[in-house]
Amino acid sequence: MNLSLLILFPLIFALAIPFCNGLKQIRMLAFIGAVIQLLLCFALLYFYSIKRNLGNTSQMVFENNLVWFAPLNINYHVGVDGISIAMILLTAFVVLAGILVSWNEERMSKEFFFLLMLLSVGAYGFFISLDLFTLFFFLEVAVVPKYLLIGIWGSGKKEYSAMKLALMLMAGSALVFVGLLGIYFNTGTFDLIQISQMKLSFEVQKLFFPFAFIGFGIFTALFPFHTWVPDGHSSAPTAASMFLAGISMKLGGYGCLRVATYLMPDAAHYYSSAIILLSTIAIIYGAFATMMQTDLKYINAYSSVSHCGFVLLGIGMLNQTAINGAVMQMVSHGLMTALFFATIGMIYSRTHTRLVSQLGGMLKIMPFISSVFVIAGLCSLGLPGFSGFVAEMTVFMGSWKNSELWYRIATILSCASIVVTAVYILSAIGKVVMGNLENNKFNALKDASWNEKLAAILLILGIVIIGIVPFLLIDLISPGTNWITTKL
Amino acid sequence: MNEILILMKSEWVLLLIIIIFLFIKVGSTEWKNENLLYLANILLLINFILGFVLNTDGIIFDEMFKTNSLICLEKNILNLGTLLISLQSYHWLKNHKHVAEFYMLLLSTLLGMFFMISSNNLLMFYLGLELSTIPLAALANFDLHKRQSSEAAFKLIISSALSSGLLLFGISLLYGTSGTLNLSEISQHLNGSNLQLFAFILLLAGFAFKISAVPFHLWTADVYEGSPVAVTSYLSVISKGAVLFVFVSVLYTVFKSLGIAWQNMLILLSVLTMIIGNLFAIRQNNIKRLLAYSSIAQVGFILAGISGCSQLGTTSVIYFILIYVFSNLGAFGVVSIISSTTGKETISDYKGLYKSNPFLSWTITIALFSLAGIPPTAGFFGKFFLIMSAAQNGNYLFISIAALNMVISLYYYLILVKAIFMDKNEQAIEKIHVPILPKIAMLICTAGIIIVGLYGEIYEYIFKLSFGY
Repeated sequence: MNLSLLILFPLIFALAIPFCNGLKQIRMLAFIGAVIQLLLCFALLYFYSIKRNLGNTSQMVFENNLVWFAPLNINYHVGVDGISIAMILLTAFVVLAGILVSWNEERMSKEFFFLLMLLSVGAYGFFISLDLFTLFFFLEVAVVPKYLLIGIWGSGKKEYSAMKLALMLMAGSALVFVGLLGIYFNTGTFDLIQISQMKLSFEVQKLFFPFAFIGFGIFTALFPFHTWVPDGHSSAPTAASMFLAGISMKLGGYGCLRVATYLMPDAAHYYSSAIILLSTIAIIYGAFATMMQTDLKYINAYSSVSHCGFVLLGIGMLNQTAINGAVMQMVSHGLMTALFFATIGMIYSRTHTRLVSQLGGMLKIMPFISSVFVIAGLCSLGLPGFSGFVAEMTVFMGSWKNSELWYRIATILSCASIVVTAVYILSAIGKVVMGNLENNKFNALKDASWNEKLAAILLILGIVIIGIVPFLLIDLISPGTNWITTKL
Repeated sequence: MNEILILMKSEWVLLLIIIIFLFIKVGSTEWKNENLLYLANILLLINFILGFVLNTDGIIFDEMFKTNSLICLEKNILNLGTLLISLQSYHWLKNHKHVAEFYMLLLSTLLGMFFMISSNNLLMFYLGLELSTIPLAALANFDLHKRQSSEAAFKLIISSALSSGLLLFGISLLYGTSGTLNLSEISQHLNGSNLQLFAFILLLAGFAFKISAVPFHLWTADVYEGSPVAVTSYLSVISKGAVLFVFVSVLYTVFKSLGIAWQNMLILLSVLTMIIGNLFAIRQNNIKRLLAYSSIAQVGFILAGISGCSQLGTTSVIYFILIYVFSNLGAFGVVSIISSTTGKETISDYKGLYKSNPFLSWTITIALFSLAGIPPTAGFFGKFFLIMSAAQNGNYLFISIAALNMVISLYYYLILVKAIFMDKNEQAIEKIHVPILPKIAMLICTAGIIIVGLYGEIYEYIFKLSFGY
């Protein structure tokens, strides 16, 4: 299977959108595009599992290597393993759901769907790249559409948030850039597979690991560079929030794992306690900060900081179980937070408020949306049966394997933060869904329309499947994580 | 004789066009402005196409004048830029009284640059440089009724005179210590004595003036603001590009043996230029001043690339200038059409532009993203390779500064994007009818911005040509 199709299809649909007339045509085209993407991803999964079942044990499959800038040894090199496929599937789910929830985006709809499609191009390209130059290229492709999406269609202090997000992410990619150049000039290539087979000296690793890790870390809300997350997520329009939290933050996690940790394993050991410290702070700080929030979007944004902390915690533990957990947490958090934001968007578009204090009694008025909201919340606090539980549990199991005291303390503290999570999730859900009806006008509101239902069901399906049969996901990703951990 | 005709064919063609305009001006028939402009653009197009044929290597006039395929490529880039500027200034020149003079002066400066690029002798170089500067001052004064325009011309001529003085002083010292003016011989006589280093610093300062590197940049913003937009874009793209071409070849061929000395100087200049250019750009409200400071910052990146001192450096600089032609002219094209139809030039005037003029908005936005170095535009590749070239020395502190400067520069480009797309405005610029010629120029720029980067062969082509220079 040709992986470039994953870039090509969204791109063709993105370029076709400006030629449409009227919202109906545009959203239909975007919808078809997203469905094709999803089918393509399932086809990829299918062909991948066939290959693996036939006994193909190579690190990457469906590789394709084309010369791009010959004098500089820069190639367009793509290929996937289980980790990338999990991420690609996540992207396809979130994009489709995102398009479904923005079904009635009437303001500048052409530009809106065009930018959404462009974002998905960036994400797919990033996850399939095996050349650091290509990877960096796609990482940056996804920055500016986010700026425009938040700045034009956002709410609240959107311009401030958009600028903050764009600049912080750009700063992140600038750091990544320096790290990549450092790797390039010490190996003579940008090819990820080739570099992984070479041995970078410890001095070099020690110098460039922080650049790469912090750079990617900014994308995934590494403490103390997480400040763009709450503002960006809460100002963005619903689909963009879903995309930001669901996919964009995963670019960082994936980069930390695939580029920083995989290519510079010695430095990863050297810095691991610092990573653990920062991620533990992020987990606890995120959880406590969430408790103080009154705006639903801020609640979810801060809880994202906390949840993404688990991803980095898993990576920092440097053993296979923990890294498996980190990847699962990425997928799980992507689906769950997209669902959360979708529901918040549905509530907001009806009630025009996101403040917990002004909402209440939604279960009577909008039973479907409220139930989805409860599901998203329960997944977020890690109820067994949903993906969040499996992912966090795996991270903890992996963390516990590290017997040093310092790692134990970090693990216990992170475990404890789950209680805090339960407090804020349950109180928010209780107030919004069960509480007293604050405003009689809300009685006239309608429940979810078909497109919103479809989006929610799609995401819930993903969450529940991972929650109930987690080994599907674990079997998919563990060959990939195995390659990474054998180098550690 | 035949050799002289072929080796100097770009110069001959230009001279011919200048003479055609001269005859039109002194002739008895009054030409209509539109016809004259169409003629001018057709001639420039022919000139651009002729640049691709009969490219041979050679050296003539007692080793004064040399040419090779790399130099031909550089001349082609300048030709392309001049053609684009001419297309873009259609709307402005349509109502101007002195169209023929504009083209005569413009092409004289271009001729000067051609001589400068082809020079193999410091005197020839100086001659070309002067030919390219003095008509520029006249051009800067081309908004005849604006006082600012005369002020710009005056500032330009004085600062050019100063920098020429510095250059001449440097050249004379160099001549005194090496005994020759021939560029291919000087390098053999370099021994790194203090006097030679002093001569080199003077030369460097002269060059830095021309490309407006900090701390020799003070004339830039005022001149850019006062001049007509066409001249501003010419100054910022063509004239800078030509000097940079010469700068790279002089540094890499003549002063290669003094490498370490000038690499550190360049790094210092580059850091200063980037930081000061970017920080001043943030504070600007006039769009021409904003682009002036942004072009200063861009020069900082180019200097970073030059400091790499290898084939990668030459290639990246030429490649970047090619991209810079498209991206800066894309931005200036929009500024030019808006300024000549409405007279509005501040960022707050651009608020809400997207509502009324989506085509212009997208054109300028893509150009700005390219200037900021955002993929998939070509600017990303250009900056990436420049910084990559700088990283060859292993000075990663410098690289980090350069990379973070890209973030700062993004800020002011995004402010403009924000004004265009997000801000509301009661008195937004009304729908502008864009004539066909400027529209073609904008489309060429946008296409160039997208293709030059993604199509890797172009870089490879330049890389092959720049072998050994």
